[in-house]
Amino acid sequence: MSAGGTATAPPEPTGATGTTGTTGTTGTTGGPSPAASHDAVARLVRVRRRGQARGALVSGVLLAVVLAAFTLSLTTGDFVIPLADVLATLAGGGDAGTQFVILELRLPRALLALLVGGCFGLSGAVFQGLLRNPLASPDVIGVSAGASAAAVLASMVLGLSGLALSAVALSGALLTGAAVYLLAWRKGISGYRLVLVGIGIGTGLSSVVSYVMTRSDVTEAQNAFLWLTGSLNGRSWTHFWPLFSGAVVLLPLALLASRALPALQLGDEAAGGLGARVEHSRLAMLACATALAGLATAAAGPVGFVAFVSPPIARRLLPGRGAALVPSALVGAALVLLADYAAQHLVPGTQLPVGIVTSLVGAPYLLWLLARANRVGKGG
Amino acid sequence: MTVSLSPPDLADAPRVRRRHTRPALSAGLLAAALALTAMSVLSLAVGSGDVALHDVVAGVFSPDRSVHGQMIIQEVRLPRTLAGLLAGSALGVAGALMQGVARNPLADPGLLGVNAGASVTVVFAISVLSLTEPAQYIWFGFLGACVAAVLVYGIGSLGREGATPVKLALAGAATTAVLGSLTSAMLLRDSRTFDQFRFWQVGALNGRDIDVLWQALPFIAVGGVLALLLGPSLNALALGDDIARGLGQRIVAVRLTSAVSVVLLCGAATAIAGPIGFLGLAVPHAARLITGPDYKWILPYSALLAPALLLFADVVGRLIARPGEVQVGVITAALGAIPFVLLVRRRNVVEL
Repeated sequence: MSAGGTATAPPEPTGATGTTGTTGTTGTTGGPSPAASHDAVARLVRVRRRGQARGALVSGVLLAVVLAAFTLSLTTGDFVIPLADVLATLAGGGDAGTQFVILELRLPRALLALLVGGCFGLSGAVFQGLLRNPLASPDVIGVSAGASAAAVLASMVLGLSGLALSAVALSGALLTGAAVYLLAWRKGISGYRLVLVGIGIGTGLSSVVSYVMTRSDVTEAQNAFLWLTGSLNGRSWTHFWPLFSGAVVLLPLALLASRALPALQLGDEAAGGLGARVEHSRLAMLACATALAGLATAAAGPVGFVAFVSPPIARRLLPGRGAALVPSALVGAALVLLADYAAQHLVPGTQLPVGIVTSLVGAPYLLWLLARANRVGKGG
Repeated sequence: MTVSLSPPDLADAPRVRRRHTRPALSAGLLAAALALTAMSVLSLAVGSGDVALHDVVAGVFSPDRSVHGQMIIQEVRLPRTLAGLLAGSALGVAGALMQGVARNPLADPGLLGVNAGASVTVVFAISVLSLTEPAQYIWFGFLGACVAAVLVYGIGSLGREGATPVKLALAGAATTAVLGSLTSAMLLRDSRTFDQFRFWQVGALNGRDIDVLWQALPFIAVGGVLALLLGPSLNALALGDDIARGLGQRIVAVRLTSAVSVVLLCGAATAIAGPIGFLGLAVPHAARLITGPDYKWILPYSALLAPALLLFADVVGRLIARPGEVQVGVITAALGAIPFVLLVRRRNVVEL
């Protein structure tokens, strides 16, 4: 302890020699120099710019992937149609056969896949960001189970089909989401309680599905099972337009509502301190995310794993950029488009449901993520 | 769990904490055992065929097979009750063990991929090997449950940190997804298998062969004893890996022993009753609300409360849809969801 050397140890004098030191010459050591703070700000700006540049780049690449997948599903199939012919057909030309294949078969299906994937991806990103839990996808907290139970009951007990069935599935998802939210409400919502309540409700509803399946005719049950796996087979414009009109309203709404997400991710108290209306924003986000998941489920069935796996992929591509909502939606869209393409053509002669492929593709990705990550303890 | 949870016990949290004394917990355990006995008796006495009470007693202790009622007891209700006891205990203990080891409040056989593993092998047995009797294909369920559990544990422990809670849960979800889609792919192509599978899949106690129970018993016994021995280690593990290590726990050994125990218990339970969800998730939470965070108590409470709930659910299933019945898996999920949600709401469930 060389307490005598005060002059050579500038960072210490205020505390360590407090009793003896009446130092008057070390005034500048109390805080960073203006030049240093200016430097720090400049570095922050630089880092932020680089982050934004990477965000734009990743979004651009993802968009390109989505477009490429979209083009692939329009041009190839049982027979290949050159891109020029596809574009001509979309512009109104082409012969009757091409027109039928593109406009009636491939286009609605590809658009459905695009929107379904985007909805699931965005919904999963909002849920996972909001509840700060990588397991909190709509599949886990009961929303998909609500849609499934409603749809199975509607088709097997009431004999509904088509658009009415989709409407019932959507209502089922929304009702379940509302019920889970209300049941988890206790002077506020904790993400943890919401997930537990959601699992409870979801399990109850899945058992209803299983029970109805044992009570019905085999063929009917098998049709329902196909829907429960998540499938785009035989979908047409009648399925597309409801999804489209819903998505046009909901996608921007969800993005708008999610502006409070970065603040909420700091925790409720910090978010409140920053001026966020915590419960109000959370309710808005949950409502939008639930509706998105319900909408997508109504159109294509509960396509497994898309909402679960798209956000981690997007976050992986954009580390340190929060919930990465738009990239998540793009990843979801690309995932479903490619998976549906694979589902149609992977096994010659059979049309697999898209849900099987998304699970087969998404799950190993997650496993790979687990295996190679050093610290997956948080966030996945 | 509905039985032993009298509302005043939970009414105010501070007093509950003081009640976690050894005599109180022992008395509670006794009450749980009594509740389980009552449920067993109920399960023997109630059913679609009317059996007189003296026939029930005689059917259990000195059966005269020429008497119709006594034969029902011997052939139907006794195996069914025993199946409920065995499968229920196994699932309750396995759920508590999983939640303790994974330090994940959501851990249960369903979430960690065990049910999906059992399903895929059962479907394989029915579809590819053309086995049609449950007594033939249930052991494929056992095999699948084991393989899936080993797989999930193996994948979850890859990487530097070993099997952390989040990694285990994610690995379980991923494995469930892969195996689930394989199951779906097989089922969608084969309506005959689908027809059989949909009945197995809901989980039921009826129609169980008593031989199957005898075969499952050793697995459950070994798994259960291992689990009960792990109680103190789980308490140490609850403090976090570093502190547990500091307390002299061999973490890897504890995790591996638990994994073996969980595999034996879940596999055997699935072989007996099919994939019964929710019991393994909900009952340990209920037990924890009664006992506090001590696994030396949570494990035996779960072992008694889970079969009580399962048997109760089975009896309800026999009564509500007369003359048919609702499979017990449906009832546990539907019946369990309500108290589970109430429990989650009632106070902050112990964070693990």
